[in-house]
Amino acid sequence: MARLELVGSPVRSQEAKLAGTLTLGRLLQRLGQLLGAMLAYLTGAAFFLPFYWMVSTALKSPSQTFLSPPVWIPSPFVFQNFPDAVNYIPFGMYTLNTLKIAIPSVMGTLLSCSLVGYGFARIRAPGRDFLFYICLSTMMVPWAVTMVPVFIMFKNLGWTGTYLPLIVPHFFGNAYYIFLFRQFFLTIPMELSDAATVDGCSQLGILTRVILPLSKPIIVTVALFEFNRAWSDYLAPLIFLQRREQFTLALGLTYFLDQQRPMWNLAMAATTVAVLPVVAIFLFAQRSFIEGVTLTGLKG
Amino acid sequence: MTARGLNYLRFRGAVRSFLVMLAFISPWLIGFLWFFVYPTISSLYYSFTEYNILQPAEWVGLKNYIDLMQDPRFWNSLKNTAYYTVFSVPLNVFVAFSLASVLNREIPGRAVLRTLVYVPVVVPITATAMIWMWIFNTNWGLLNNLLALVGIKGPAWLGSPSWSKPSLILMQLWLIGGSILIFLAALQDVPRVLYEAAEVDGAGSFQKLLKITVPMVTPAILFTLLTGLIGAFQVFASAWIMTNGGPLRSTEFYVLYLYNNGFKFFRMGYASAMAWILFVIVLIVSVITFRSSARWVYYGGQE
Repeated sequence: MARLELVGSPVRSQEAKLAGTLTLGRLLQRLGQLLGAMLAYLTGAAFFLPFYWMVSTALKSPSQTFLSPPVWIPSPFVFQNFPDAVNYIPFGMYTLNTLKIAIPSVMGTLLSCSLVGYGFARIRAPGRDFLFYICLSTMMVPWAVTMVPVFIMFKNLGWTGTYLPLIVPHFFGNAYYIFLFRQFFLTIPMELSDAATVDGCSQLGILTRVILPLSKPIIVTVALFEFNRAWSDYLAPLIFLQRREQFTLALGLTYFLDQQRPMWNLAMAATTVAVLPVVAIFLFAQRSFIEGVTLTGLKG
Repeated sequence: MTARGLNYLRFRGAVRSFLVMLAFISPWLIGFLWFFVYPTISSLYYSFTEYNILQPAEWVGLKNYIDLMQDPRFWNSLKNTAYYTVFSVPLNVFVAFSLASVLNREIPGRAVLRTLVYVPVVVPITATAMIWMWIFNTNWGLLNNLLALVGIKGPAWLGSPSWSKPSLILMQLWLIGGSILIFLAALQDVPRVLYEAAEVDGAGSFQKLLKITVPMVTPAILFTLLTGLIGAFQVFASAWIMTNGGPLRSTEFYVLYLYNNGFKFFRMGYASAMAWILFVIVLIVSVITFRSSARWVYYGGQE
């Protein structure tokens, strides 16, 4: 009823007439929107496809793996590939080794970078911003530049072949995480610090009692980034670790490639298991990841 | 209190706050000296020596640098890296911007798509390399099978000297989720008013893109360009795992050859000389990029 009335109203009929004359333009607009949406879904599909290929291969029997055209949906699903792959390499040991490096690295990173970020963000002192720019500019220097002398240094310290070269440096800050902490700390009102100072709080007290309790988002973001980095790191473990028993997952996984003819179904099964934890963590905490990334871009 | 007394107190306060600040940033300061300043200087020293770790370093003057200039493998690695950088970095920036524009539209499932494009970034490079080796497999790989569907016989990808670098460049496109997110954030910061004003003036979509969107996201372009350049100079793990520099050294990138010199041939002095040349190249390219950015980056009225 109400609708009929509207159609009958003079304003509406005029609009309808106008819409009638614009159908071609509207059609084109609609078409453009549709095309854009299709492009977006195609993009999504393209990014998803490698994961699909990994998981589907992980579920194939050897005879299904080497087929052209490929089998899109394995039949039957060979779930046995997962235990087989995990037993093919010392998967549990590699995982444990990776955690032995990743967990102390995350702790060292949080400890050092929150302290340094606080110093750069909330203590007014001469020379501070100059030092901060030096800190930022080290981000631009490729690690390969210092790789050889750092190796020689750790070799002379007798640290190569241990996890120390992979852990200790992370207790001394990282320019990128320091930057993230600083940017976050800057958003907390200075009045809070001033009030705490009046109450007789030292700077360290302000950090631990006032600032850090308010900084959970950035702590989570940095912890996730650093865990992901340590879990994925390839070059540093490759240089500093010598014996197979010490290898991390990222190093040990390539054992599948050392074979004359790699068993791709097992390789993909192991890869799936290795990728699963980081992808799961990301999916659970993606807001923290995304906020971290966009925080970086702000000051491009 | 006299003015001098006040100045003295101010000075003491400044010194005190400086020392407190120094205490807080000391982890970074120590790390900076220990893991950056000292290694950088010592690598300059090593670059003038012959050093295989077992015997003490022996001073040889400029020999390493002169040898490098006559080393075809050095020039080859430099050329490979230049090829990779020149094609990969602009392509990544362009594709990241385009995909961000596509994903910026109001479409159902946008959040899922945004997640999907970023997931590959968190995947360990070893896993990425293995997945893509299997995708690039000449006979049974996903890529050639998809090409076969449209009647194209795909190349050997990683097995072909002419396709090995394009393969790695293609794989790198899977890892641009970070840049896409940065562009998405930049696109969302463009004030709607600008577009509305342009529409009133009768601007088309292409003109809006060229005259409003692109200038407004130039800071994001600069950022992704710079990080992309620095990343491209260091490309290592993917080539190391997937091709080990081959075939015919077509993917022996700069850092790969540097690594080989240092840790395979134990020519630490030679590797250090390469490291210093890389340092200088990165410095020059970054400075040029920054300098030029004054002319094409728009910071929305701020300085």
